[in-house]
Amino acid sequence: MVGVRLVLLLIAVISASLLCTSSVSAQAAAPTPPAATLEQRVTDLEQYFQNASVGGPTGTTWTSKIAGVPGPGDNAWLIVASALVLFMTLPGLGLFYGGLVRQKNVLSVLAQCLSIAGLVIIIWWAVGYSLAFGTSFTADRTHPTLLGSILGGTDYFFLKGITGAPNTDYSYWVSQNIFSMFQLMFAIITPALIVGAVAERMKFSAVLLFVTLWMFIVYLPMAHMVWGITGMMNGVWNATASIKAIDFAGGTVVHMSSGWSALILCMMLGKRLGFGKEHMAPHSMVLCMVGTGMLWVGWYGFNAGSALAADGIAANAFVTTTLAAGVASFVWAMLEYIIRKKPSVLGFCSGAVAGLVVITPACGFVTPNSAVIIGILAGVIPFIFVMKLKGIFGYDDALDTFGVHAVGGTLGALVTGIFASVDANANLATNLKDIVGKTLWLEQLKAIGVTLMLSIVGTIIIASIVKAVIGLRASPEVETEGLDLAEHGEEGYIMDHRS
Amino acid sequence: MKKIEAIIKPFKLEEVKDALSDLGLEGMTVSEVKGFGRQKGHTEIYRGSEYTVDFLPKIKVEVVIPDDLVEKASAAIVAAARTGKIGDGKVFIYPVDEAIRIRTDETGDKAV
Repeated sequence: MVGVRLVLLLIAVISASLLCTSSVSAQAAAPTPPAATLEQRVTDLEQYFQNASVGGPTGTTWTSKIAGVPGPGDNAWLIVASALVLFMTLPGLGLFYGGLVRQKNVLSVLAQCLSIAGLVIIIWWAVGYSLAFGTSFTADRTHPTLLGSILGGTDYFFLKGITGAPNTDYSYWVSQNIFSMFQLMFAIITPALIVGAVAERMKFSAVLLFVTLWMFIVYLPMAHMVWGITGMMNGVWNATASIKAIDFAGGTVVHMSSGWSALILCMMLGKRLGFGKEHMAPHSMVLCMVGTGMLWVGWYGFNAGSALAADGIAANAFVTTTLAAGVASFVWAMLEYIIRKKPSVLGFCSGAVAGLVVITPACGFVTPNSAVIIGILAGVIPFIFVMKLKGIFGYDDALDTFGVHAVGGTLGALVTGIFASVDANANLATNLKDIVGKTLWLEQLKAIGVTLMLSIVGTIIIASIVKAVIGLRASPEVETEGLDLAEHGEEGYIMDHRS
Repeated sequence: MKKIEAIIKPFKLEEVKDALSDLGLEGMTVSEVKGFGRQKGHTEIYRGSEYTVDFLPKIKVEVVIPDDLVEKASAAIVAAARTGKIGDGKVFIYPVDEAIRIRTDETGDKAV
């Protein structure tokens, strides 16, 4: 029972590290600025409306009465957005993927989504948030170090010191504990996306071990590099970023990383038994459509929430997300209508998800009209990959994680560099005004290159380790019987009317 | 006594049932079955994957009736189930040796 030993080991490590943590913090007291005048207090309130900092231009001109206080509006939106992003995985992605597998494996997909949620929550609480969004590996922000540009730090281990007060590195008005939960939901859905490529044949213990290692080797570095304030690819907010790339809600961090890793993992895992010979049609397109709808709705939390405020940028991201998803869904199904004479529900669903994926890195940086063009591209390019090229290459990406998320994520990262405009997001003028609309796409290409390297090499190493230690695949007997009964001891549907 | 077994298109079941009821038949057995004949199966496409479904859903209707009703009953089924398109199904007629009503021990025509 390798799986059981794995889980016990994980629990032991967590409890040991918990016992060792004691929070001793000594902060040097800076001189306190004078108390705010009435006019300065009004200015602080106006700053709230504009998603800016209190206490004067540098934050230290006067002592604000609302320093360290979250803004109710922004905080409320991020609390809801965090729940929406979790809803994308549980049950959105679970049903989207679950409907696409055969009846005998529906629960295995749901179990993998649920277990990834629990596993990633534990990792995030213990070290994950800190490694992605901490800063202690960077002693001096004007002199970035290699380690500090790839990982955050140890400062927030076990969510130490994370309270309802905002962390102004990331948001002036959102509580840091909510920010950490919001980012956690992204960390949950990303490895869960990989499940689609390896569905119906990867064994449960291997999924757990793979995801654990993958979080540390691929996800946490990606999240820090792109979104961490000291990250090397955080072009918008880190003035010393070596690659001045932009990624609003996770084209590289979420979709490229999961999609490319999924491709490598499914190739190392091998095809499903009977692939190309047996009937492997989706067992429930109804569940798949229900899941797609949940993904689309949840995606508003993902994209508009990534503004980390209830501001105009969030509002614009909501609009661009809607336009891209709707256009891509329609275009994909109409292509089917023209080519095959039958527009399918799976076509509408695939197009919607593709549109959402491609607009993800761009949503807060582009205008609505650009979003329509992006939607058209999202309906055409992943369509060609999934319909034609997959058959030519012959790999078994069971539920098209690569075709939709890797292709869509890469396309999205590139078009974000082309369409990003200061008209849509004034923050682009802070550190990037010289390259927006000019050479930003070259920076995007560099970010794509780094993401590809890390995902591909990381996955090859991780999958090789898992293969050597516990093996990747379920036995042929288990795979034939179905993972539900063999690995989880349950059946998805017991339709006998007598029971 | 004869048994009529009809394989029909599922959406024709109501019409066949009504036609048999009009003749005064008091019972029938219906099952959902799958199979293929000249109609063959159909093709389903999910993204890039194409699957041929060989077996199509049909309904099997079974009735056991006295000899004098067989001609009328089979004609009624054929008329009710016909669409004129390929895949309408078939009717088979078999001799039945004996029938027993379990509740009363009645046998023969009285039992059906």
